[in-house]
Amino acid sequence: MAQPMLKKDDDRDDEVDYHPFFGIEKGAVLQEARVFNDPQIDPRRCSQVITKVLYILNQGDTLTQIEGTEVFFSVTKLFQSKDPGLRRMMYLMIKELSPSAGEVIMVTSSLMKDMNSKTDMYRANAIRVLSRIIDGTILAQIERYLKQAIVDKNPVVASAALVSGIHLLQTSPEVVKRWSNEVQEAVQSRASLVQFHALALLYQIRQHDRLAVTKLVTSLTKGSVRSPLAQCLLIRYASQVIRESGANQAGERPHFDYLESCLRHKAEMVILEAARAITELSGVTSRELTPAITVLQLFLSSSKPVLRFAAVRTLNKVAMTHPLAVTNCNIDMESLISDSNRSIATLAITTLLKTGNESSVDRLMKQITNFMADIADEFKIVVVDAIRSLCLKFPLKYRSLMNFLSNILREEGGFEYKKAIVDSIVTLIRDIPEAKEIGLFHLCEFIEDCEFTYLSTQILHLMGNEGPRTSDPSKYIRYVYNRVILENATVRAAAVSTLAKFGALVDSLKPRIFVLLRRCLFDSDDEVRDRATLYLKVLGGEAVVGETEKETNEFLFGSFDIPLVNLEASLKNYEPSETPFDISSVPREVRSQPLAEKKAAGKKPTGPAGPTSGPVVSAIDAYEKSLSSIPEFAAFGKLFKSSAPVELTEAETEYAVSVVKHIYDGHVILQFNCSNTIPEQLLENVTVLIDASEAEDFAEVYTKPLRSLPYDSPGQTFVAFEKPDGVPAVGKFSNILKFIVKEVDPASGEVEEDGVEDEYQLEELEVTYADYMLKVPVSNFRNAWEGMDPESERVDEYGLGARESLAEAVNAVISILGMHPCEGTEVVANNSRSHTCLLSGVFIGNVKVLVRLSFGISGPKEVAMKLAVRSDDPDVSDRIHEIVASG
Amino acid sequence: MGHEFRDYSRESCPTVKNILLLDSEGKRVAVKYYSDDWQAHAAKLAFEKSVFTKTLKTNARSEAEITMFDGYIVVYKFIHDLHFFVTAGDDENELILASVLQGFTESVALLLRNDVEKRTALENLDLILLCIDEIVDGGIILETDPNNIAGKVATNAVDGAVPFSEQTISQALATAREHLARSLLK
Repeated sequence: MAQPMLKKDDDRDDEVDYHPFFGIEKGAVLQEARVFNDPQIDPRRCSQVITKVLYILNQGDTLTQIEGTEVFFSVTKLFQSKDPGLRRMMYLMIKELSPSAGEVIMVTSSLMKDMNSKTDMYRANAIRVLSRIIDGTILAQIERYLKQAIVDKNPVVASAALVSGIHLLQTSPEVVKRWSNEVQEAVQSRASLVQFHALALLYQIRQHDRLAVTKLVTSLTKGSVRSPLAQCLLIRYASQVIRESGANQAGERPHFDYLESCLRHKAEMVILEAARAITELSGVTSRELTPAITVLQLFLSSSKPVLRFAAVRTLNKVAMTHPLAVTNCNIDMESLISDSNRSIATLAITTLLKTGNESSVDRLMKQITNFMADIADEFKIVVVDAIRSLCLKFPLKYRSLMNFLSNILREEGGFEYKKAIVDSIVTLIRDIPEAKEIGLFHLCEFIEDCEFTYLSTQILHLMGNEGPRTSDPSKYIRYVYNRVILENATVRAAAVSTLAKFGALVDSLKPRIFVLLRRCLFDSDDEVRDRATLYLKVLGGEAVVGETEKETNEFLFGSFDIPLVNLEASLKNYEPSETPFDISSVPREVRSQPLAEKKAAGKKPTGPAGPTSGPVVSAIDAYEKSLSSIPEFAAFGKLFKSSAPVELTEAETEYAVSVVKHIYDGHVILQFNCSNTIPEQLLENVTVLIDASEAEDFAEVYTKPLRSLPYDSPGQTFVAFEKPDGVPAVGKFSNILKFIVKEVDPASGEVEEDGVEDEYQLEELEVTYADYMLKVPVSNFRNAWEGMDPESERVDEYGLGARESLAEAVNAVISILGMHPCEGTEVVANNSRSHTCLLSGVFIGNVKVLVRLSFGISGPKEVAMKLAVRSDDPDVSDRIHEIVASG
Repeated sequence: MGHEFRDYSRESCPTVKNILLLDSEGKRVAVKYYSDDWQAHAAKLAFEKSVFTKTLKTNARSEAEITMFDGYIVVYKFIHDLHFFVTAGDDENELILASVLQGFTESVALLLRNDVEKRTALENLDLILLCIDEIVDGGIILETDPNNIAGKVATNAVDGAVPFSEQTISQALATAREHLARSLLK
């Protein structure tokens, strides 16, 4: 069988680099392809040329459309040859060329002939090729043959037809669904793969019919499936049926016996599939888990790496939710720490870290230390993460875990790995007070020899915050000042700031710090010199900022809570003049990314005047400008917040209206963006009649009508309300659009004189607490939190009842509060049982608010939440609780 | 090669994302992709490079090995200077993939008469390409039994005088044994 493709050249034979396709070139091969057109076909030669073309394509080269067409047409000539080997290569070639619809017609009849050939090999392959290249119309012609092929006695032909059916179901479902009877017959086939393919197709035909799937599973689980692959499919379908019947928790699960019986199957792939299906059952009990864990435990000591990997990976997942169920496997797992397959070793380690108890920590750490040296960074990061959570679980063990972290910190490693370690140490410093000093000390040591500027500056910043509050702040000074001597400018500047913090917070150190800062005045970098000068002047009392020491410190070290993008934009707009740049004029609202307005086809955009049409970025400035140009609104003061537009009409209605809520200290303006989608109408004197009976705190003060609203030219009408100053009043408004309608002749554009008064019901509108909250981020939540008066903190716990998921509950609370989620905490990890979310914002009256939310979810999806609020004003903290309590 | 790929959900059917046969320097001998995860040629090469370097130092000679990265599971085996890989999404049943890999390596060994090395593979590239074609069709596993795969490919061998046009290898072996038995009986 193994025929050499090309003649061996004896001279080259000894060369190491001998390559049968050496120097092959597309142009030359395409020339060679002309042999396909020879009247006397040489099958051997033609097969070789086809192989060469396939080689070129396989190496990533492509044919131009013309080249492709040319090759395709010459290949079709080869249907004259009866050579089966050549025919097989032709099939492959046609599939690779993926011909266009016009080209397909050229080969359809030849392929259909092959489909009805006496040779099974021709039939099977012709079916596979045809189903790859045809469209719906040709499918109708060959449908009859495909149906027959499905129940063909030759398994290769049947499989070819069934697999083609699976592909065709995506494009022509209505045709394939008619084959149900034949497919059902094929499920009973004695040939293992035919059964597998038939079951896959049958399920896909019926997958949207729950009852049919249930019936299918019920009948097949009784034992007519022999093929291991088909058995794996059946397990997947059965667990889906279990999942969907999940609502009735009481009593036995349906089909659980079947899954359990599959654990005793002779094929390992079936055992694994069943074990995994059981561990993934929602709300699985430990009694249900036990048999699955037992077979997985056996796999752990298999000689096959794939089997060990599959088992440890599954157990690792189980350990996240049922650590106790996995502890039985700990001994087997420990021996996997030295597994030559590092994926297996890492999974074993992280599983052990999850299931281990307090007493095993020390032993485990010793084993891991040996293991860390020879695994890749990406695995090390996984281990570091696991150790961090272990430490949080067993805070008493912080000493040995912190030691481990500091040891690996000293060893070689890339940035991501080092960052993971530093982050872990920082987390431990934050959450375990006893670990603070020892952790800081390790970090000090680390920056003595740290090649990553980013990490050095982060650590220096942390030391500036934490160092002065330790028992002996003076011992950190040496480490910090060393940075000033030895590092690059970025790190030097960070070190200067850190020194200044020590000076500001520890009076006894002030004179010594001043000496060091003065030395920095001779630094070669101007940022370093500038910082040193600033700190010396302010801390030395030569320059005065604010009235108290607290204000000075706030000025020097307070968190910078203005979004940098906004600052950049404001600075760019600033024109040099007599008035200095005022930083308080920089908007604090975080602007969402400009979203392309989604407009349903046929719905007209709200036009250039409507603020909704422009990108959201410019919206607030545009609002401020357009509102202040209306004299009646000029006295309302500074615009606090404008909401995103809320649609008050359904899409595709005669009149499209959306509303923007503009919040001022003592007023609320509702801006209605209206648009008329009827060419035969002109609207005049458009207003919105508002019933504010469900909004007691609001009193309507002014309505600005829209004089004329022609077709396809949007405009706005405004309604202003007065509300108590600084109070976040809420309420519901029902709205009716009132106007005078005049007929228009769309052809001539002539408007009739007389109009008719009419009105149009709009949807209700609500002003909520979230409207009074600006989404303002803080750069470092923890610093900001600690910088706020603990007296202002209000903590309470809430039950949120049964929710769809933890993520859904978190998002609901975020949107009720309308605050900015910090540090990516709005994202809830899959399957997690608890979550902490950090929010920041500015409440009306410019009150800074920070919120810490801790969520937990119980088995039946009951969610509980702990809400801690700190703010500049304790009353606002209480108010946040009121919002949640009433929301 | 602009096939339209459809990624089937794990629920409905196990799916292979690619089959790779690389040499000992990571260069392509034959590859086949069944997924849109890597559309550009460069993306494919990057994946091949990444999988090659990640597995290079492992000993995947006596038993098939496995690794997981970037959301994929890759099972692999090395024979002489050839590196065989089968890739799937990371929620796939590892042992099903291993059976595909086994079907691939063993059928290649049968077809190359145990002379499994790069040079022989290239000299018989037609057999290798047909072999891959018989194992997976558009991501769906077609056949995993090495004897059946080799049998289906061998019926197409280019040699004009194919000895067993419609038989599989096992059938061929059976006829061979019959011949042998008769000659002994004489």
